Amino acid sequence: MPKANVTFEKLGVTVTVPAGTRLIEISEKVGASITYGCREGECGTCIMRIISGMENMSERSVLEDKVLQENMAGRSDRLACQAQVLGGDITVKA
Amino acid sequence: MTPAPDAVEIAPSTHWIGALDPALRDFDIILKTANGTTYNAYCVRGDAGVAIIDTVKESHAAEFFTRLEQVTRYDEISTIVLNHLEPDHSGALPELMRRAPQAKLYISAKAQLMLKALVRNSELNFNIVKTGDTVDLGGRTLRFFSTPFLHWPDTQCTLVEEQNILFSGDVFGCHFCDARLFNDRVGDFRFSFEYYYQHIMRPFREHVLEALELLEPLTLKIIAPAHGPILREAPRSYLQRYRQLATPLLHNEIGADTKSLLVFYISSYGNTARMAQAVADGAETIAGVRVSLYDLQAAGDLPFVDLIEEADGLAFGSPTINGDAVKPVWDLLSSLAVIKVRDKLGAAFGSYGWSGEAINMIEDRLRGLKLRVPIKGVRAKLIPTEEELERCYDLGKQLAQHLTGNIERKTISMSELLAQEQSHA
Ligand code: FES
Ligand SMILES: [Fe+2]
Ligand SMILES: [Fe+2]
Repeated sequence: MPKANVTFEKLGVTVTVPAGTRLIEISEKVGASITYGCREGECGTCIMRIISGMENMSERSVLEDKVLQENMAGRSDRLACQAQVLGGDITVKA
Repeated sequence: MTPAPDAVEIAPSTHWIGALDPALRDFDIILKTANGTTYNAYCVRGDAGVAIIDTVKESHAAEFFTRLEQVTRYDEISTIVLNHLEPDHSGALPELMRRAPQAKLYISAKAQLMLKALVRNSELNFNIVKTGDTVDLGGRTLRFFSTPFLHWPDTQCTLVEEQNILFSGDVFGCHFCDARLFNDRVGDFRFSFEYYYQHIMRPFREHVLEALELLEPLTLKIIAPAHGPILREAPRSYLQRYRQLATPLLHNEIGADTKSLLVFYISSYGNTARMAQAVADGAETIAGVRVSLYDLQAAGDLPFVDLIEEADGLAFGSPTINGDAVKPVWDLLSSLAVIKVRDKLGAAFGSYGWSGEAINMIEDRLRGLKLRVPIKGVRAKLIPTEEELERCYDLGKQLAQHLTGNIERKTISMSELLAQEQSHA
Protein backbone atom coordinates (compact mmCIF):
# COMPACT_ATOMS: atom_id res chain seq x y z
CA MET A 1 0.00 0.00 0.00
CA PRO A 2 1.36 3.47 -0.79
CA LYS A 3 2.59 5.36 2.25
CA ALA A 4 2.88 8.97 3.23
CA ASN A 5 5.11 10.59 5.85
CA VAL A 6 3.45 13.29 7.87
CA THR A 7 5.72 15.42 10.03
CA PHE A 8 4.32 17.47 12.87
CA GLU A 9 6.86 20.24 13.09
CA LYS A 10 6.35 21.53 16.65
CA LEU A 11 5.91 18.05 18.03
CA GLY A 12 8.97 16.73 16.26
CA VAL A 13 7.26 13.53 15.20
CA THR A 14 6.96 11.99 11.76
CA VAL A 15 4.22 9.43 11.26
CA THR A 16 4.19 6.96 8.41
CA VAL A 17 0.63 6.34 7.34
CA PRO A 18 -1.27 4.56 4.60
CA ALA A 19 -2.21 6.87 1.72
CA GLY A 20 -5.72 8.21 2.10
CA THR A 21 -5.53 8.76 5.86
CA ARG A 22 -7.19 11.91 7.10
CA LEU A 23 -5.01 14.30 9.04
CA ILE A 24 -7.43 14.39 11.94
CA GLU A 25 -6.84 10.69 12.61
CA ILE A 26 -3.08 11.13 12.74
CA SER A 27 -2.96 14.36 14.70
CA GLU A 28 -5.22 13.07 17.42
CA LYS A 29 -3.22 9.88 17.84
CA VAL A 30 0.13 11.64 18.19
CA GLY A 31 -1.21 14.43 20.42
CA ALA A 32 -0.40 17.28 18.05
CA SER A 33 -1.79 20.69 18.88
CA ILE A 34 -4.55 20.85 16.29
CA THR A 35 -7.94 21.38 17.84
CA TYR A 36 -11.25 20.26 16.46
CA GLY A 37 -14.77 21.56 16.74
CA CYS A 38 -17.44 20.14 14.46
CA ARG A 39 -15.15 17.55 12.79
CA GLU A 40 -17.28 17.95 9.70
CA GLY A 41 -15.61 20.76 7.86
CA GLU A 42 -17.99 23.49 8.91
CA CYS A 43 -16.62 25.47 11.83
CA GLY A 44 -13.04 26.20 10.78
CA THR A 45 -11.62 25.37 14.21
CA CYS A 46 -9.12 22.89 12.79
CA ILE A 47 -7.37 25.22 10.35
CA MET A 48 -3.71 24.23 10.15
CA ARG A 49 -0.76 25.41 8.14
CA ILE A 50 0.97 23.09 5.69
CA ILE A 51 4.67 23.96 5.68
CA SER A 52 5.47 21.72 2.76
CA GLY A 53 3.94 18.99 0.67
CA MET A 54 0.63 20.60 -0.22
CA GLU A 55 0.85 18.75 -3.55
CA ASN A 56 0.66 15.52 -1.57
CA MET A 57 -2.68 16.40 -0.04
CA SER A 58 -6.18 15.80 -1.37
CA GLU A 59 -7.77 18.69 -3.27
CA ARG A 60 -9.91 21.10 -1.29
CA SER A 61 -13.58 20.24 -1.59
CA VAL A 62 -16.04 23.03 -2.36
CA LEU A 63 -17.14 23.07 1.27
CA GLU A 64 -13.59 23.15 2.63
CA ASP A 65 -12.70 25.92 0.24
CA LYS A 66 -15.69 27.95 1.37
CA VAL A 67 -14.95 27.53 5.07
CA LEU A 68 -11.28 28.39 4.56
CA GLN A 69 -12.21 31.54 2.68
CA GLU A 70 -14.72 32.59 5.28
CA ASN A 71 -12.02 32.29 7.88
CA MET A 72 -9.59 34.24 5.75
CA ALA A 73 -7.19 31.34 5.64
CA GLY A 74 -4.15 31.51 3.39
CA ARG A 75 -3.23 29.27 0.48
CA SER A 76 -1.14 27.00 2.65
CA ASP A 77 -3.93 26.45 5.15
CA ARG A 78 -6.19 23.42 5.26
CA LEU A 79 -8.90 21.98 7.45
CA ALA A 80 -7.32 19.10 9.31
CA CYS A 81 -10.66 17.32 9.64
CA GLN A 82 -11.07 17.27 5.86
CA ALA A 83 -7.65 17.02 4.28
CA GLN A 84 -6.31 13.59 3.38
CA VAL A 85 -2.73 12.65 2.70
CA LEU A 86 -2.11 11.05 -0.67
CA GLY A 87 1.54 10.01 -0.44
CA GLY A 88 5.05 11.43 -0.21
CA ASP A 89 6.17 13.86 2.50
CA ILE A 90 4.04 16.44 4.21
CA THR A 91 5.02 18.80 7.00
CA VAL A 92 2.42 20.58 9.09
CA LYS A 93 2.95 23.31 11.62
CA ALA A 94 1.64 21.65 14.76
CA MET B 1 -33.87 53.83 43.00
CA THR B 2 -33.48 56.14 40.04
CA PRO B 3 -36.29 55.39 37.57
CA ALA B 4 -35.31 53.98 34.20
CA PRO B 5 -34.17 56.98 32.20
CA ASP B 6 -35.18 58.12 28.75
CA ALA B 7 -32.48 58.10 26.11
CA VAL B 8 -29.46 59.76 27.73
CA GLU B 9 -27.18 62.18 25.93
CA ILE B 10 -23.59 61.15 26.62
CA ALA B 11 -22.07 63.79 24.32
CA PRO B 12 -23.63 66.28 21.90
CA SER B 13 -26.02 64.36 19.60
CA THR B 14 -24.77 61.03 20.88
CA HIS B 15 -27.16 59.05 23.05
CA TRP B 16 -27.33 55.95 25.15
CA ILE B 17 -30.42 54.01 24.01
CA GLY B 18 -29.80 50.70 25.74
CA ALA B 19 -31.86 48.64 28.16
CA LEU B 20 -31.67 47.84 31.86
CA ASP B 21 -32.02 44.29 33.13
CA PRO B 22 -32.01 44.70 36.91
CA ALA B 23 -33.56 41.29 37.64
CA LEU B 24 -30.82 39.22 36.02
CA ARG B 25 -28.72 37.15 38.46
CA ASP B 26 -26.97 34.59 36.25
CA PHE B 27 -25.46 35.51 32.94
CA ASP B 28 -24.68 32.72 30.45
CA ILE B 29 -24.78 30.22 33.36
CA ILE B 30 -21.21 30.93 34.43
CA LEU B 31 -21.47 34.55 35.53
CA LYS B 32 -23.19 35.94 38.56
CA THR B 33 -24.33 39.48 38.99
CA ALA B 34 -25.56 41.04 42.19
CA ASN B 35 -27.78 43.67 40.64
CA GLY B 36 -28.39 42.73 37.03
CA THR B 37 -26.81 44.15 33.93
CA THR B 38 -27.40 46.64 31.15
CA TYR B 39 -27.34 46.10 27.40
CA ASN B 40 -25.90 49.33 26.14
CA ALA B 41 -26.71 50.53 22.67
CA TYR B 42 -25.97 53.98 21.31
CA CYS B 43 -27.13 56.42 18.67
CA VAL B 44 -24.71 58.80 16.94
CA ARG B 45 -26.17 61.62 14.88
CA GLY B 46 -24.20 63.32 12.11
CA ASP B 47 -25.27 65.91 9.54
CA ALA B 48 -25.61 63.29 6.85
CA GLY B 49 -26.76 60.23 8.73
CA VAL B 50 -27.57 58.50 11.98
CA ALA B 51 -25.73 55.45 13.27
CA ILE B 52 -26.99 52.87 15.75
CA ILE B 53 -24.21 51.11 17.60
CA ASP B 54 -25.20 47.65 18.86
CA THR B 55 -28.65 46.54 19.97
CA VAL B 56 -29.91 44.66 23.02
CA LYS B 57 -31.10 41.23 24.11
CA GLU B 58 -34.30 40.30 22.32
CA SER B 59 -36.34 40.25 25.53
CA HIS B 60 -35.47 43.91 26.06
CA ALA B 61 -36.07 45.09 22.51
CA ALA B 62 -39.18 47.14 23.35
CA GLU B 63 -37.24 49.28 25.81
CA PHE B 64 -34.49 49.80 23.25
CA PHE B 65 -36.88 50.84 20.47
CA THR B 66 -38.67 53.24 22.80
CA ARG B 67 -35.41 55.05 23.56
CA LEU B 68 -34.29 54.88 19.96
CA GLU B 69 -37.51 56.56 18.84
CA GLN B 70 -36.86 59.41 21.27
CA VAL B 71 -33.75 60.40 19.34
CA THR B 72 -34.26 59.35 15.74
CA ARG B 73 -36.76 58.30 13.08
CA TYR B 74 -36.14 54.93 11.48
CA ASP B 75 -35.80 56.42 8.00
CA GLU B 76 -32.95 58.63 9.22
CA ILE B 77 -30.82 55.66 10.23
CA SER B 78 -28.09 55.24 7.64
CA THR B 79 -25.75 52.99 9.56
CA ILE B 80 -25.90 50.10 11.98
CA VAL B 81 -22.72 48.87 13.64
CA LEU B 82 -22.54 45.64 15.54
CA ASN B 83 -19.36 45.37 17.55
CA HIS B 84 -20.17 41.83 18.64
CA LEU B 85 -22.90 39.43 17.55
CA GLU B 86 -23.64 37.57 20.74
CA PRO B 87 -27.42 37.48 21.32
CA ASP B 88 -27.26 39.98 24.19
CA HIS B 89 -26.23 42.59 21.60
CA SER B 90 -27.75 41.32 18.38
CA GLY B 91 -31.13 40.27 19.75
CA ALA B 92 -32.97 43.29 18.39
CA LEU B 93 -30.98 43.48 15.15
CA PRO B 94 -33.38 41.59 12.84
CA GLU B 95 -36.25 43.84 13.96
CA LEU B 96 -34.13 46.98 13.64
CA MET B 97 -33.19 45.97 10.10
CA ARG B 98 -36.87 45.49 9.29
CA ARG B 99 -37.70 48.93 10.60
CA ALA B 100 -34.73 50.64 8.95
CA PRO B 101 -34.24 48.64 5.75
CA GLN B 102 -32.15 51.37 4.13
CA ALA B 103 -29.48 51.25 6.85
CA LYS B 104 -26.12 49.72 6.02
CA LEU B 105 -24.80 47.16 8.47
CA TYR B 106 -21.11 47.19 9.43
CA ILE B 107 -19.52 44.16 11.07
CA SER B 108 -16.13 42.48 11.33
CA ALA B 109 -15.13 39.72 8.91
CA LYS B 110 -15.42 37.08 11.58
CA ALA B 111 -18.96 38.15 12.37
CA GLN B 112 -20.33 37.02 8.99
CA LEU B 113 -20.96 33.44 9.94
CA MET B 114 -22.69 34.40 13.12
CA LEU B 115 -24.76 36.97 11.33
CA LYS B 116 -25.93 34.40 8.82
CA ALA B 117 -26.89 32.03 11.62
CA LEU B 118 -28.74 34.83 13.35
CA VAL B 119 -30.58 36.47 10.52
CA ARG B 120 -31.83 33.76 8.21
CA ASN B 121 -32.08 35.87 5.15
CA SER B 122 -30.06 35.06 2.07
CA GLU B 123 -30.34 38.57 0.71
CA LEU B 124 -28.67 39.98 3.74
CA ASN B 125 -26.51 42.99 2.95
CA PHE B 126 -23.62 43.94 5.11
CA ASN B 127 -20.21 45.58 4.93
CA ILE B 128 -17.08 44.09 6.39
CA VAL B 129 -14.81 46.50 8.20
CA LYS B 130 -11.34 46.24 9.69
CA THR B 131 -8.92 48.47 11.57
CA GLY B 132 -8.66 51.86 9.92
CA ASP B 133 -11.93 51.73 7.99
CA THR B 134 -14.27 54.65 8.54
CA VAL B 135 -17.85 55.66 7.94
CA ASP B 136 -18.67 59.33 7.49
CA LEU B 137 -21.92 60.49 9.05
CA GLY B 138 -21.30 64.17 8.28
CA GLY B 139 -19.31 65.85 11.04
CA ARG B 140 -19.13 62.52 12.82
CA THR B 141 -16.72 59.82 11.69
CA LEU B 142 -16.89 56.26 12.89
CA ARG B 143 -13.53 54.53 12.90
CA PHE B 144 -13.26 50.78 13.39
CA PHE B 145 -10.71 48.74 15.29
CA SER B 146 -10.45 44.98 14.93
CA THR B 147 -10.06 43.55 18.39
CA PRO B 148 -10.76 39.86 17.80
CA PHE B 149 -11.31 37.32 20.57
CA LEU B 150 -12.44 39.78 23.17
CA HIS B 151 -14.18 37.49 23.89
CA TRP B 152 -15.48 36.11 20.57
CA PRO B 153 -13.75 35.91 17.21
CA ASP B 154 -15.96 38.70 15.89
CA THR B 155 -15.39 41.45 18.45
CA GLN B 156 -14.44 44.97 17.34
CA CYS B 157 -14.48 48.51 18.74
CA THR B 158 -15.84 51.67 17.12
CA LEU B 159 -14.58 55.18 17.75
CA VAL B 160 -16.41 58.46 17.13
CA GLU B 161 -13.38 60.47 16.09
CA GLU B 162 -14.72 63.97 16.65
CA GLN B 163 -15.94 63.11 20.14
CA ASN B 164 -13.26 60.67 21.26
CA ILE B 165 -15.89 58.18 22.29
CA LEU B 166 -14.97 54.52 22.06
CA PHE B 167 -17.81 52.02 21.75
CA SER B 168 -15.93 49.04 23.04
CA GLY B 169 -18.44 46.18 23.03
CA ASP B 170 -17.95 43.72 25.88
CA VAL B 171 -14.42 45.02 26.44
CA PHE B 172 -14.25 47.30 29.51
CA GLY B 173 -17.79 46.25 30.30
CA CYS B 174 -19.25 44.58 33.35
CA HIS B 175 -22.53 43.21 34.60
CA PHE B 176 -23.77 46.00 36.81
CA CYS B 177 -27.14 47.62 36.52
CA ASP B 178 -27.53 51.18 37.70
CA ALA B 179 -29.85 53.66 36.04
CA ARG B 180 -27.45 56.47 36.84
CA LEU B 181 -25.37 55.04 33.97
CA PHE B 182 -22.08 56.93 34.34
CA ASN B 183 -19.09 55.64 36.27
CA ASP B 184 -18.88 58.80 38.37
CA ARG B 185 -22.52 58.46 39.44
CA VAL B 186 -23.32 54.76 39.83
CA GLY B 187 -22.64 52.68 42.94
CA ASP B 188 -19.27 51.07 43.56
CA PHE B 189 -18.91 48.68 40.63
CA ARG B 190 -15.18 47.98 40.82
CA PHE B 191 -15.68 44.34 41.82
CA SER B 192 -17.98 43.78 38.85
CA PHE B 193 -15.41 45.21 36.48
CA GLU B 194 -12.71 42.91 37.86
CA TYR B 195 -15.01 39.90 37.93
CA TYR B 196 -16.03 40.44 34.34
CA TYR B 197 -12.43 40.67 33.23
CA GLN B 198 -11.46 37.53 35.17
CA HIS B 199 -14.27 35.45 33.70
CA ILE B 200 -14.70 36.81 30.21
CA MET B 201 -11.48 38.38 29.03
CA ARG B 202 -8.81 36.52 30.95
CA PRO B 203 -8.69 33.44 28.71
CA PHE B 204 -7.81 35.81 25.86
CA ARG B 205 -5.01 37.64 27.57
CA GLU B 206 -2.78 37.80 24.50
CA HIS B 207 -5.60 39.29 22.48
CA VAL B 208 -6.23 41.82 25.24
CA LEU B 209 -2.63 42.95 24.93
CA GLU B 210 -2.93 43.22 21.14
CA ALA B 211 -6.10 45.26 21.46
CA LEU B 212 -4.47 47.57 23.98
CA GLU B 213 -1.70 48.29 21.50
CA LEU B 214 -4.39 49.58 19.15
CA LEU B 215 -6.44 51.47 21.71
CA GLU B 216 -3.85 52.99 24.03
CA PRO B 217 -2.60 55.57 21.53
CA LEU B 218 -6.12 57.00 21.14
CA THR B 219 -7.30 60.13 22.86
CA LEU B 220 -10.31 58.93 24.77
CA LYS B 221 -12.89 61.01 26.51
CA ILE B 222 -15.50 58.34 27.02
CA ILE B 223 -15.38 54.58 26.88
CA ALA B 224 -18.89 53.35 26.21
CA PRO B 225 -19.00 49.57 26.67
CA ALA B 226 -21.89 47.26 25.86
CA HIS B 227 -22.57 46.37 29.52
CA GLY B 228 -22.45 48.33 32.73
CA PRO B 229 -21.38 51.88 33.46
CA ILE B 230 -20.28 54.33 30.79
CA LEU B 231 -16.71 55.29 31.64
CA ARG B 232 -16.37 59.05 31.32
CA GLU B 233 -14.42 59.77 34.50
CA ALA B 234 -10.76 58.76 34.06
CA PRO B 235 -11.41 56.47 31.07
CA ARG B 236 -7.70 55.75 30.66
CA SER B 237 -7.51 54.13 34.07
CA TYR B 238 -9.62 51.28 32.69
CA LEU B 239 -7.14 50.68 29.89
CA GLN B 240 -4.37 50.73 32.45
CA ARG B 241 -6.19 48.22 34.59
CA TYR B 242 -6.61 45.88 31.60
CA ARG B 243 -2.92 46.30 30.86
CA GLN B 244 -2.02 45.33 34.42
CA LEU B 245 -4.36 42.37 34.47
CA ALA B 246 -3.16 41.02 31.14
CA THR B 247 0.58 41.41 31.63
CA PRO B 248 2.38 38.20 32.58
CA LEU B 249 4.61 38.65 35.60
CA LEU B 250 6.53 35.42 35.93
CA HIS B 251 9.05 36.31 33.29
CA ASN B 252 10.15 39.36 35.22
CA GLU B 253 11.59 36.84 37.62
CA ILE B 254 12.85 34.00 35.51
CA GLY B 255 13.79 35.69 32.27
CA ALA B 256 11.92 35.63 29.01
CA ASP B 257 13.61 32.50 27.65
CA THR B 258 13.17 30.29 30.69
CA LYS B 259 10.33 27.80 30.51
CA SER B 260 8.22 26.95 33.50
CA LEU B 261 7.20 23.37 34.20
CA LEU B 262 4.78 22.65 37.04
CA VAL B 263 4.55 19.16 38.48
CA PHE B 264 1.38 18.56 40.50
CA TYR B 265 0.77 15.38 42.39
CA ILE B 266 -1.33 13.82 45.06
CA SER B 267 -0.32 10.67 46.82
CA SER B 268 -1.85 8.45 49.48
CA TYR B 269 1.14 6.19 50.29
CA GLY B 270 3.96 8.28 48.95
CA ASN B 271 4.26 6.28 45.72
CA THR B 272 2.97 8.88 43.33
CA ALA B 273 4.95 11.45 45.32
CA ARG B 274 8.18 9.58 44.58
CA MET B 275 7.29 9.44 40.93
CA ALA B 276 6.62 13.19 40.96
CA GLN B 277 10.03 13.81 42.47
CA ALA B 278 11.62 11.72 39.74
CA VAL B 279 9.75 13.65 37.02
CA ALA B 280 10.93 16.90 38.55
CA ASP B 281 14.52 15.64 38.91
CA GLY B 282 14.60 14.57 35.28
CA ALA B 283 13.28 17.91 34.10
CA GLU B 284 15.81 19.74 36.27
CA THR B 285 18.66 18.32 34.23
CA ILE B 286 17.64 20.44 31.26
CA ALA B 287 18.96 23.99 31.28
CA GLY B 288 16.44 26.75 30.70
CA VAL B 289 13.54 25.11 32.51
CA ARG B 290 12.33 26.11 35.91
CA VAL B 291 10.63 23.19 37.63
CA SER B 292 8.14 23.58 40.47
CA LEU B 293 6.70 20.70 42.47
CA TYR B 294 3.35 20.98 44.27
CA ASP B 295 1.33 18.63 46.43
CA LEU B 296 -2.34 19.03 45.57
CA GLN B 297 -3.27 17.82 49.02
CA ALA B 298 -2.60 21.36 50.11
CA ALA B 299 -4.45 22.86 47.15
CA GLY B 300 -7.40 24.47 48.95
CA ASP B 301 -7.36 28.07 47.90
CA LEU B 302 -3.83 28.17 46.57
CA PRO B 303 -3.57 30.13 43.35
CA PHE B 304 -2.62 27.16 41.18
CA VAL B 305 -4.76 28.48 38.34
CA ASP B 306 -2.67 31.66 38.31
CA LEU B 307 0.54 29.62 38.23
CA ILE B 308 -0.77 27.42 35.44
CA GLU B 309 -1.70 30.47 33.39
CA GLU B 310 1.94 31.45 33.12
CA ALA B 311 3.45 27.97 32.92
CA ASP B 312 4.60 26.29 29.72
CA GLY B 313 4.26 22.69 30.82
CA LEU B 314 2.10 20.80 33.29
CA ALA B 315 2.52 17.30 34.66
CA PHE B 316 -0.14 15.69 36.83
CA GLY B 317 0.44 12.74 39.11
CA SER B 318 -2.53 10.90 40.51
CA PRO B 319 -3.10 7.47 41.96
CA THR B 320 -5.93 5.48 40.42
CA ILE B 321 -8.63 4.89 43.00
CA ASN B 322 -11.73 2.97 41.98
CA GLY B 323 -10.78 3.36 38.36
CA ASP B 324 -10.47 7.12 38.43
CA ALA B 325 -8.03 9.92 39.15
CA VAL B 326 -8.71 11.57 42.48
CA LYS B 327 -10.90 14.58 43.09
CA PRO B 328 -8.27 17.27 43.76
CA VAL B 329 -6.84 16.57 40.30
CA TRP B 330 -10.24 16.87 38.64
CA ASP B 331 -11.02 19.97 40.68
CA LEU B 332 -7.93 21.67 39.37
CA LEU B 333 -8.47 20.45 35.82
CA SER B 334 -12.01 21.76 35.84
CA SER B 335 -11.04 25.26 36.93
CA LEU B 336 -8.93 26.06 33.92
CA ALA B 337 -11.67 27.45 31.70
CA VAL B 338 -10.85 31.00 32.80
CA ILE B 339 -7.31 30.89 31.45
CA LYS B 340 -5.67 29.96 28.21
CA VAL B 341 -4.02 26.55 28.35
CA ARG B 342 -4.07 25.66 24.68
CA ASP B 343 -0.71 24.56 23.33
CA LYS B 344 0.93 24.14 26.69
CA LEU B 345 2.58 20.76 27.15
CA GLY B 346 0.91 18.19 29.37
CA ALA B 347 1.79 14.84 30.88
CA ALA B 348 0.44 12.40 33.45
CA PHE B 349 1.82 9.76 35.75
CA GLY B 350 0.84 7.84 38.85
CA SER B 351 0.79 4.72 40.90
CA TYR B 352 -2.11 2.28 41.02
CA GLY B 353 -3.39 -0.77 42.86
CA TRP B 354 -4.90 -3.11 40.30
CA SER B 355 -5.63 -0.86 37.31
CA GLY B 356 -4.18 2.46 36.27
CA GLU B 357 -6.91 4.26 34.34
CA ALA B 358 -6.17 7.63 35.89
CA ILE B 359 -3.23 8.31 33.59
CA ASN B 360 -5.26 7.85 30.42
CA MET B 361 -8.14 9.86 31.78
CA ILE B 362 -5.92 12.77 32.73
CA GLU B 363 -4.20 12.68 29.35
CA ASP B 364 -7.57 12.72 27.60
CA ARG B 365 -8.68 15.66 29.67
CA LEU B 366 -5.45 17.51 28.87
CA ARG B 367 -5.98 16.90 25.17
CA GLY B 368 -9.55 18.05 25.58
CA LEU B 369 -8.20 21.27 27.03
CA LYS B 370 -6.07 21.51 23.87
CA LEU B 371 -2.76 20.87 25.49
CA ARG B 372 -0.18 18.89 23.60
CA VAL B 373 0.56 15.56 25.21
CA PRO B 374 3.67 14.47 23.34
CA ILE B 375 4.95 11.85 25.75
CA LYS B 376 3.16 8.79 26.97
CA GLY B 377 2.53 8.85 30.71
CA VAL B 378 4.13 6.52 33.23
CA ARG B 379 2.21 4.13 35.46
CA ALA B 380 3.60 2.10 38.32
CA LYS B 381 1.90 -0.73 40.15
CA LEU B 382 1.93 0.24 43.85
CA ILE B 383 5.53 0.95 44.81
CA PRO B 384 7.44 2.19 41.79
CA THR B 385 10.46 0.08 40.90
CA GLU B 386 13.82 1.62 40.08
CA GLU B 387 13.01 1.07 36.43
CA GLU B 388 9.68 2.86 36.71
CA LEU B 389 11.26 5.78 38.55
CA GLU B 390 13.81 5.89 35.77
CA ARG B 391 10.95 6.20 33.27
CA CYS B 392 9.48 9.05 35.32
CA TYR B 393 12.87 10.72 35.27
CA ASP B 394 12.91 10.32 31.48
CA LEU B 395 9.39 11.65 31.21
CA GLY B 396 10.44 14.81 33.05
CA LYS B 397 13.56 15.13 30.97
CA GLN B 398 11.75 14.70 27.67
CA LEU B 399 9.04 17.13 28.67
CA ALA B 400 11.68 19.70 29.52
CA GLN B 401 13.39 19.04 26.19
CA HIS B 402 10.12 19.63 24.41
CA LEU B 403 9.72 22.88 26.31
CA THR B 404 13.10 24.15 25.25
CA GLY B 405 12.57 22.99 21.69
CA ASN B 406 15.41 20.51 22.03
CA ILE B 407 13.55 17.46 20.95
CA GLU B 408 14.84 14.28 19.54
CA ARG B 409 12.89 13.99 16.33
CA LYS B 410 11.34 10.60 15.93
CA THR B 411 9.48 8.59 13.36
CA ILE B 412 6.66 6.24 14.10
CA SER B 413 4.17 4.33 11.98
CA MET B 414 0.44 4.60 12.26
CA SER B 415 0.19 0.95 13.27
CA GLU B 416 2.69 1.48 16.09
CA LEU B 417 0.65 4.46 17.24
CA LEU B 418 -2.49 2.37 17.28
CA ALA B 419 -0.74 -0.46 19.10
CA GLN B 420 0.55 2.01 21.70
CA GLU B 421 -2.95 3.20 22.27
CA GLN B 422 -4.22 -0.36 22.73
CA SER B 423 -1.61 -1.26 25.32
CA HIS B 424 -2.25 2.02 27.01
CA ALA B 425 -5.98 1.60 27.32
S1 FES C 1 -13.28 20.73 13.03
FE1 FES C 1 -14.81 22.08 12.25
S2 FES C 1 -13.96 22.46 10.30
FE2 FES C 1 -12.64 20.95 11.01
FE1 LIG D 1 -20.24 38.75 24.64
FE1 LIG E 1 -22.14 40.94 26.05
